[in-house]
Amino acid sequence: MELYSLTIHELQDLLKKGEVSAREIAESVFARVDAVEEKVHSYIRLMKDEALAQAAQADADIKKGEIKPLTGIPVALKDIVCTKGVPTTCGSRILHNFVPPYNATVVEKLSAAGAVFVGKANMDEFAMGSSTETSYFGPTRNPWDLERIPGGSSGGSASAVAADECIASIGSDTGGSIRQPAALCGVVGMKPTYGRVSRFGLIAFASSLDQIGPFTKDVEDCAIMMNALAGYDPKESTSVQADVPDYRQFLGRDIKGWKIGIPKEYFVEGIDPEVAAAVEKAMSVVKACGGEAIDISLPHTQYCLAVYYIIAPAEASSNLARYDGVKYGYRAQGVRDLAEMYKKTRQEGFGAEVKRRIMIGTYALSAGYYDAYYGKASQVRALIRRDFDEAFKRCDVILTPTTPTPAFKLGEKTDDPLQMYLSDIFTISTNLAGIPGMSVPCGFSKAGLPLGVQFLANHFEEGKLLQIASVYEKAAAIEKRRPAL
Amino acid sequence: MKLSTADVDYVAKLARLDVTDAEKEKFTAQLNDILGYIDKLNELDTTGVAPMTHAIAVTNAFREDRVVESLGTQAAVANAPDPRGEFFRVPKVIE
Repeated sequence: MELYSLTIHELQDLLKKGEVSAREIAESVFARVDAVEEKVHSYIRLMKDEALAQAAQADADIKKGEIKPLTGIPVALKDIVCTKGVPTTCGSRILHNFVPPYNATVVEKLSAAGAVFVGKANMDEFAMGSSTETSYFGPTRNPWDLERIPGGSSGGSASAVAADECIASIGSDTGGSIRQPAALCGVVGMKPTYGRVSRFGLIAFASSLDQIGPFTKDVEDCAIMMNALAGYDPKESTSVQADVPDYRQFLGRDIKGWKIGIPKEYFVEGIDPEVAAAVEKAMSVVKACGGEAIDISLPHTQYCLAVYYIIAPAEASSNLARYDGVKYGYRAQGVRDLAEMYKKTRQEGFGAEVKRRIMIGTYALSAGYYDAYYGKASQVRALIRRDFDEAFKRCDVILTPTTPTPAFKLGEKTDDPLQMYLSDIFTISTNLAGIPGMSVPCGFSKAGLPLGVQFLANHFEEGKLLQIASVYEKAAAIEKRRPAL
Repeated sequence: MKLSTADVDYVAKLARLDVTDAEKEKFTAQLNDILGYIDKLNELDTTGVAPMTHAIAVTNAFREDRVVESLGTQAAVANAPDPRGEFFRVPKVIE
């Protein structure tokens, strides 16, 4: 067994027993990167020198008997979280040369827990996309089928875990950008409650929806990562001052008598029959573990995508106004005056999808349209949240498919933005309501593509997600396949 | 509501994007598709519904007014395309 193929908890056991060193783990992961990165392209930038120094530090700590929850564990960071002294591009030309002067809080927290950083993972430009095809640095490919997309926007973070180019990774999720690629790459991904994990140093896309979370190889690792990431941050005014439990305590606790909400609106036409069958099978496994399925309704589900495609672009158009070629990043050359410099810098610095969303957002916020678009969307958002409030009075968790289809082919949806947006149809509501959600592998299609089941819980109930996911993972015993790379 | 290329032109101006004619045409069609889809929200009567602007109830987050170390000028201008000392230099603003 190669070290790169192991989980956090397996590697930690080996480190504790002194059977391997952090350096050996790091070298194993970088050897794997050397072998497969050309095919998959998970990374925008590798951090090998930094990683080997961190691994040496980890080995020194272990010698002193200090072993922290992530000591010596190679972790990839989506290139949207700021790393001090290491370029952070957000997948965009406009930030291609940006070197942050500080670390994101999650980077500080992972460092404090002993993590070793493998590199900065590829992503859709400014996290706008569902396929990692909008990256200025070229697309990432799905390790299970190189003709297909890994999902997005955190596609590189998902593919890096699936292809064993790291042990765990960090992504961000604004409308499904952790859970959708996790499902399509066959790994575990969690979007925590809004406010659970600090966004300080996360390059902003849609500030009322963005949340950072982990990708891991199994549910236990997800709990370990959440322990490292969660918590209040005085530097982040929307992070919440609430107690953070030890998430490992929820692993394997039984779910007897739990009510599992099945929203009828998520099982409609358009969903791939293989996905539907796999999710139904997951439901029967959960039932066999003592869960009781109940029918629920989330009546405003059909409006989620429309609400999202007003709110997210509106917030993005405002957040991305800062990229003007003055303080950092790309600046257009050969301009006559300041106004022209702004326009050319933004025109040349942003890709098509980012411009499209800036345009939608600017229009939706422009004089005379604010009430009709942003105002209306914010009202419907309240109704969507109310649907979940009502549902969680009747059930413990909600079970749905993560995505309507398995991974699609590169180029299949790039010319039709609306079709691309529809691939997030089951994940968007979670961000609008601010609740936590998690995608767990639930099998493979006949063509060998991974499929995911999604669990949703009420605000700050990540523990419940880990509980049901760990019980499900054990009972379902989904075959441990590895992509043939 | 149908967007014309003139509307797209106006929005691009507001967003400080120097879009090409080809992009203008493509964006007009695509934005109309997207806005057409969004029109679905008008099926819903939302009279009296308080708009939701945040996922969780947060009020102003205050902290102690204490002096802490800041970034420093050097680091703050280090990424600038055209820094001059502790300033950001830009092309001329006025004729």
